[in-house]
Amino acid sequence: MIKSYKIRRHVANAFIYIVLAVLGIIWVSPLAYMLLHSFRADGFSTYPYLIPKEFGFDNYIALFTNTEMLDFPRWYLNTFVVAIFSCIISTLSVLMVSYAFSRLRFKSRKKFINIGMILGMFPGFMTMVAIYYLLKAMGLDGQLVALVICYSAGAGLGFQISKGFFDTIPRALDEAATIDGATKNQIFWKIILPMSKPIVVYTVLTSFIGPWTDFILAKIIMGDNLENYTVAIGLQKMITLEFKTEYFKQFLAGSVLVAVPVTILFLFMQRYYVEGVTAGGVKG
Amino acid sequence: MRYIDYMQLNPFQRFGYNFVQFFKKLPGNVARFFKLVGLAIVNFFVGIGKGFANYGTRFVKGGVGVKISYVIFGVGNIVKGQIVKGLLFFMTEVAYICYMVFFGINYISKFGTLGDKLMTTEIDADGFPVTVEGDNSMLILLYSVLTIVITIIVFAIYIANTKSAYKVEQLKKNGKAVPTFMQELKQFADEKFHVSLMSLPCILIGCFTILPLIFMILIAFTNYDSSHQVPKHLFTWVGLQNFADLVNVTEGAKKGITFLGLTEWTIIWAIFATFTNYILGMVVALMINKKGIKLKSLWRTLFVVVIAVPQFVSLLLMSQILATNGALNILLSNITGQQIEFDFLGASPLIAKITVIIVNMWIGIPYTILITSGILMNIPADLYESATIDGAGPVRSFMSITLPYMLFVTTPYLITSFIGNINNFNVIFLLTGGGPSNVDYYNAGHTDILVTWLFNLTMSKNDYSLAAAIGILVFIVCASLSLITFNLTKSAKDEEAFS
Repeated sequence: MIKSYKIRRHVANAFIYIVLAVLGIIWVSPLAYMLLHSFRADGFSTYPYLIPKEFGFDNYIALFTNTEMLDFPRWYLNTFVVAIFSCIISTLSVLMVSYAFSRLRFKSRKKFINIGMILGMFPGFMTMVAIYYLLKAMGLDGQLVALVICYSAGAGLGFQISKGFFDTIPRALDEAATIDGATKNQIFWKIILPMSKPIVVYTVLTSFIGPWTDFILAKIIMGDNLENYTVAIGLQKMITLEFKTEYFKQFLAGSVLVAVPVTILFLFMQRYYVEGVTAGGVKG
Repeated sequence: MRYIDYMQLNPFQRFGYNFVQFFKKLPGNVARFFKLVGLAIVNFFVGIGKGFANYGTRFVKGGVGVKISYVIFGVGNIVKGQIVKGLLFFMTEVAYICYMVFFGINYISKFGTLGDKLMTTEIDADGFPVTVEGDNSMLILLYSVLTIVITIIVFAIYIANTKSAYKVEQLKKNGKAVPTFMQELKQFADEKFHVSLMSLPCILIGCFTILPLIFMILIAFTNYDSSHQVPKHLFTWVGLQNFADLVNVTEGAKKGITFLGLTEWTIIWAIFATFTNYILGMVVALMINKKGIKLKSLWRTLFVVVIAVPQFVSLLLMSQILATNGALNILLSNITGQQIEFDFLGASPLIAKITVIIVNMWIGIPYTILITSGILMNIPADLYESATIDGAGPVRSFMSITLPYMLFVTTPYLITSFIGNINNFNVIFLLTGGGPSNVDYYNAGHTDILVTWLFNLTMSKNDYSLAAAIGILVFIVCASLSLITFNLTKSAKDEEAFS
């Protein structure tokens, strides 16, 4: 009886291993394809083999030298600059708002929190179209500044995760500091922020990754202004019918160059991500 | 049921009881929610009434300085020695009046008609044609909204000015020291620190979230479409015409038929996309976390890498792999030994739809694995043990224990991801771009969902008003779903728990 139970368990586990292996291959193979073919070294645009026969860095070199039509290095720089600036503004607004909501007590605080949460629940694309008109009226459409504004302006609404973090810091600390004569301003900058490294790192990383992965907003704002494209819309441009035959391999190389840093940053902050998403829903 | 009865139940019965209670309470909760909204509205108006009452009292009780402050900002502060503060109030008034006279009034006066002077071409004295600028309806609308918002803000400053004048007068009367400007500034680093922290984010949110929202809602009630493009043409208010177009499904009414068809597909898509990812993701998570399976972190990483790669990269990549000469066709050709060039994304509407859902599984299942793993581990093991003893197989255990438990715990997450899928622009736009095209639809293809249709209407067809109307409808659905979620999770959070 016990023996047959053991056998059954082994069979079940073997079955699970097989399923997981198959699924794992399915999940990873498109990415492996991207990686392998970005190093493919031959002249053809269409290629009848799954695994390339020759390898080389030609595509990467072309990506940075063949910049007359589609200027990938410039897009990369654009994205980097936009990411830096919107990261600074977003991080500051998120931390400021969440700190005020979490540790300061003032009139209509609850009202602000509720309004903030409801506004934050509205899907972002709703305002995008209107923001486009607004920027157009201001003469900013197609400009990088417009992107920075769009990515960072609404950032204050994403206060929940860091508010949750600030809520966990003991209140006695503030009280002790107040007794010692510190103002609330000093408490924020000199006591709470240095203690909140994890949440600061998390906020910085998420807002830095944003511009690298956003597609729709950049597309709306940049339109046909190729010069100010970010990597997301630039890479999509590479595989439009007009450019695809010539640029497909460079598209793969470019994708790798975008995916690698973002992947590393993401894996770095993965554990915060899970905590943030599930924090609200656990008790039901 | 009394507490003592509840304690006597076994875990199964307890779970069943809670589960039933949850759905029993749902209508009550929804009703309570609307009651709360009603109360909030009533309170809002009561607050305004009280505000006006105080406003009147201050005027009657206040001295001459306070009374003058009701017309000229800041006088009350200046006469009592708060010069800088008073001047700031006064300058606000001057700036507002200048703004209105030189700018605001031009636009707000045309708000009712959105302009009536068309751009015309006239022949000047030398016989050359010149364009004479007409009204620009879009700018009129935009600046009118801006002016209204500025007026509200200035009104708030006006009220603050009367309050401040009254307060400083009371201080003087009671023989207390009037704070200097520097002292008041210092307060912003301490007692009023929340004002310094909140004002910049609030201004940004106001300008780039709330203002656009109001503007877009107003656009939905105009006829701003491809035949009313500014600055050559004017557009004007048309009431509910755009909404009427969307619900008109009679023969030949393309907009209504498109809206109906796309709504249907959007809902089907959202349901499939949400539940395939949810259930299959949970099955994979259970497999990875099963006792006796080794290399757990390896398996998890294999899936999580897909999340880490930016979504637009993986979607663009997928669209290339699925193309007629893409990797999948090459793979199939190699296996079968024949030349295969099947168009997964364009051969037929049904196949395109199925492909989109499957690719979405590739994108979405890792998210479910990441999020549910921890919760799955929390399901009491004795539930499974007793089920096994009673003879339940893995499928039965999953259907009767895991699924109900997880549904109960993760309802908010499910609703959020359902909303996310209604608005899942990236997957549709980057994979199929809405195709294959459909001649019965108004500027939309078979796999277009409402959001991508909205995007097409705005970006390539300039049908702004219709797009705005669609946006509002989608927004109402999503907002009510969000509010239900919010209500469900609200009780679960106790923010003071640690302090």
